[in-house]
Amino acid sequence: MPRFVQDVRALPDHAFDSRSLTWWGVLGYIAVEGAGFALAIAAYFFLRGQEMQWPPSALSPSLLWGTVTLVLMLLSEIPNIWLDRAARAEDLRRVRLGLIAVSIAAALILVSRAFEFAHLNIAWDRNAYGSIVWAILLIHTVHLITDLYETLVLTALMHTRHGEKGRRFVDTSEDALYWHFIVGSWVLLYIVIYWVPRL
Amino acid sequence: MGGLTGVMVASVPLDLQLHDSYFVVAHFHYVLIGGAVFPLLGAVTYWFPKFTGRMMAEPLGKWNVVLSFIGFHLTFFPMHLAGLLGMPRRVYTYPQEMGLDGLNLVSSIGAFIFAASLLLFVGNALLSMRGGRVAPGNVWEAPTLEWATVSPPPQYNFAHIPVVDSRTPLWREDELPVISGLSAEKREVVLTTVIDAMPDLRDISPVPTISPLIAAAVLTVGFIGSIFTPWAVVWGAIPVAIALTLWFWPKPGVKEDES
Repeated sequence: MPRFVQDVRALPDHAFDSRSLTWWGVLGYIAVEGAGFALAIAAYFFLRGQEMQWPPSALSPSLLWGTVTLVLMLLSEIPNIWLDRAARAEDLRRVRLGLIAVSIAAALILVSRAFEFAHLNIAWDRNAYGSIVWAILLIHTVHLITDLYETLVLTALMHTRHGEKGRRFVDTSEDALYWHFIVGSWVLLYIVIYWVPRL
Repeated sequence: MGGLTGVMVASVPLDLQLHDSYFVVAHFHYVLIGGAVFPLLGAVTYWFPKFTGRMMAEPLGKWNVVLSFIGFHLTFFPMHLAGLLGMPRRVYTYPQEMGLDGLNLVSSIGAFIFAASLLLFVGNALLSMRGGRVAPGNVWEAPTLEWATVSPPPQYNFAHIPVVDSRTPLWREDELPVISGLSAEKREVVLTTVIDAMPDLRDISPVPTISPLIAAAVLTVGFIGSIFTPWAVVWGAIPVAIALTLWFWPKPGVKEDES
């Protein structure tokens, strides 16, 4: 007969933030991808240090669409924070609404992002400056697309019978955490892409 | 491990003398075999009873130690000297008049002895897998948890999850404490708090699924395709996304958290 010292039957089967295993996964992912962004920014400033003028033989990117994206991003935090709170309250009806709202916000931002590419005022293969600007915008867009897809899948899932499980509310909260990262990183990248050339 | 030789030859005066010589080959094999291969053979011997339930033969093992020790030094020590005397690396032969014949012959003899000792090791492992002495659960009286379960361990490792209260949990007078209360019907594991490691949650383990394998395969196809066209990254992402979604999606008929 083994020596039992504790019964775990009464422990909960899900919890938020650092008590959740996948929260650490999201955090690790943010660390890795954040390092990728940091390297891209470092490459941008390295190239800037090699040139007599910046941007070299090109106009600065037009401000309009990048700023539209920034404003939409910041506004999207309203439904995103609301969604996170609904997930923590385990309120399925509000979570469904919140996920739809964040999905729509992300889709709108993606449209504005498409216009950004058209108004960078430089081709990606024109020179090193063009390459790094396109690279920075592209890697952020890839993250945007993955989060939009992830949110859409979660929205579909929460509308099935699986949505009532507690674990799914943790998934939703962690999806909101990842969206914070997308928004936060864009504030930084927006300054690099649109304002550093105007210094 | 072998790269540690680079720390030494990063010194320019030393590198001028030793660059591309047999000394470099000799030294990185000393570091690599002494630092990684010997511990690897030791580790296989140590855990062999855990993953097969049988011991490797001790007399053969002793022969193994002696032969590999002699063979290893006989091979690589003279190589240092040959390198210092001007033997270049990356050549299959050398002029007779360089006077390196003796040292190279000793190295060759050592290499055969070393190879023989490794063959002995492989033979010992193969024979012991079938006919070795049956090992008790904790054959070394080791303090760590893997020796608390039978050898070879069942798929679930422990019938009841042990509570670890020291760095040497098996060196104790009383019986190993365990916890109870995990479901036998669904795949549950215990999560603990981050700092104090107190039981905190019953987390659901994923069920076995083919999806990760499919995801890895289609990802490979996408990456190989990207050698030929960058657009492979775009269309290659679609099957990866599908596979990952199937992986994440709750499986029908699988018990999940019913709270």
